[in-house]
Amino acid sequence: MTFRIGQTLSSLALGLAVATTALTPVAWAAGASDTDQERAARWQEIAKSIFGDRQIAQTDSLVKIDAPARALDAALVPITLTMPNDGQIKAVSLIIDDNPAPYAAKFEFGPAADPAELKLRVRVNNYTDMHAVVETQDGKLYEAKQFVKASGGCSAPMGMSDEEAMKGMGDMRMKFAETGAGKPVEATLMVRHPNFSGMQMNQVSREYTPARYIDKLTVSAGDQKVFTLTGDISIASNPVINFAFKPDGKPIQVAASDNQGGHWQHSFNPPAPTN
Amino acid sequence: MTAPAVHPRAFPGGRALSRRSALFGGLCLCCLPTLGRAAESFTMAEVGPGIFVRKGLIADATPENADAIANIGFIVGQNGVLVTESGGSLADGQWLRAEIVERTQKPITHVVLTHVHPDHVFGAGAFVQDKPVFIGHAKLTEALSARGEFYRKRLIDLLGEDRTGPVVYPTMTVADTAEIDLGDRRLTFTAHGPAHTTSDLSMIDSGSGLLFPADLLFVNRIPSLDGSLKGWLTEVERLKAMGPTRAVPGHGPVVVDLAPALADLTGYLTTLRDGTRAAIAKDVSIEKAVDTVARDQRDKWALFDTYNGRNVTVAYQELEWE
Repeated sequence: MTFRIGQTLSSLALGLAVATTALTPVAWAAGASDTDQERAARWQEIAKSIFGDRQIAQTDSLVKIDAPARALDAALVPITLTMPNDGQIKAVSLIIDDNPAPYAAKFEFGPAADPAELKLRVRVNNYTDMHAVVETQDGKLYEAKQFVKASGGCSAPMGMSDEEAMKGMGDMRMKFAETGAGKPVEATLMVRHPNFSGMQMNQVSREYTPARYIDKLTVSAGDQKVFTLTGDISIASNPVINFAFKPDGKPIQVAASDNQGGHWQHSFNPPAPTN
Repeated sequence: MTAPAVHPRAFPGGRALSRRSALFGGLCLCCLPTLGRAAESFTMAEVGPGIFVRKGLIADATPENADAIANIGFIVGQNGVLVTESGGSLADGQWLRAEIVERTQKPITHVVLTHVHPDHVFGAGAFVQDKPVFIGHAKLTEALSARGEFYRKRLIDLLGEDRTGPVVYPTMTVADTAEIDLGDRRLTFTAHGPAHTTSDLSMIDSGSGLLFPADLLFVNRIPSLDGSLKGWLTEVERLKAMGPTRAVPGHGPVVVDLAPALADLTGYLTTLRDGTRAAIAKDVSIEKAVDTVARDQRDKWALFDTYNGRNVTVAYQELEWE
């Protein structure tokens, strides 16, 4: 009871060697007590490792992050990214600066996308700045930031055995919200997958459960791409993604793969538009 | 007997003074400031013949309280002592052990590890020297394997390593039911399905008829969900069917009438279940649900604001796949 798995507590200095930085090989001894300057310097370094020397301008209109200031569950922090849906957004990246693998997710949008609102659930391992960086169609980058208090989300063990956590791996569901004709359809995609972070330890074997996470997920409406997600260990187990798309009456195709060669495909029929 | 007389008392900087260092420093433990809460303000209540329970604080673990937040205690039988709950830290367990040896010369033969949570298992380290049988749910070993070190690190952050203690594993596990005979009384254990956690073990004492449901029963303090919401409601029915009338809850008063206490618990859990289901059905997102579900229970439970949102998060993940 007291403090439970993944709950916000005092900061922890994780001395863990984690070999699962698929996107960005950076790990720091970061803490809750870092100054704003230290955080800014860290972000400069991460941004450079991801985007090279490209300029990133501040924005409060092209992307906005909503996250709880203090997470209730560090292993499941709900994030909402809000963007304009006029076609100017090409991609959005979510970076959790103080996570062992900071580059949490990148969504690349296709012609069937409506990126107005995108929700996902992430793990947060430490008090951290979170950055959303959008790329516009003209190739420019813009960033927004939010500070989140949480700790232990990546190393928090699942409440079950590895075998149990892997039950039904690759199962998917999709829910569609009621919608009017010609309007974008809001959808919730649920994927059964433990998304093992590689930092969850089994004390008996004295080994970490190897990282196993969804690294690529593509959603299409008919022949048109909605988005491709490149993911990492920061995405919470049993990923749930809320997004919107422009329906053309054809089924929604979802293809997912993980870093250990797992591959799953499902098709869903959106509701027929009603007038 | 070399009972440590150290109370789980904290000092600025989060380190406890052992009696030795206190004496070497020319200090007398009994004259030191108590810093808000002191172990010596705790007392053991005799809730039945030979059954002693200490009421845990309705609080979360802090350096000052040594995680002494669960109801812990012991039963003195003809052949030995059974520890019903060990405490939330080595310091808390040492305090309990001192209370035992003050009251009886009988050996400490059994220590119950009621489930995986730190406020119920980290006292066990204080009893390793007695070489008791450590009794736990068949799934407890696995749960402690996954989480024990994680909990220990966080407890060390709060209390320091000396006061935290080791992760102690069960030496006798219960998959269904089991019985322990203390000579003049029998204790019947039941291993429950996923409920509060995935390793909940309850116990009934034949001498008093008292039920020890551990954290399957919260009273006054908001229940915390870490196993299965639907499963917990099922296990509540099982507790009722066992027929006891009084119980020692894991948190709350040292002893309560079972029926009304279970009714309050069920009231919260069903409100949580129905509210979360309704939120999922209406596509209310998880971050909105945590602020809206079960709000009408707020005045009924201590620490509601700390735990309700977290409970909704756990319930949402369980119920969204229904």
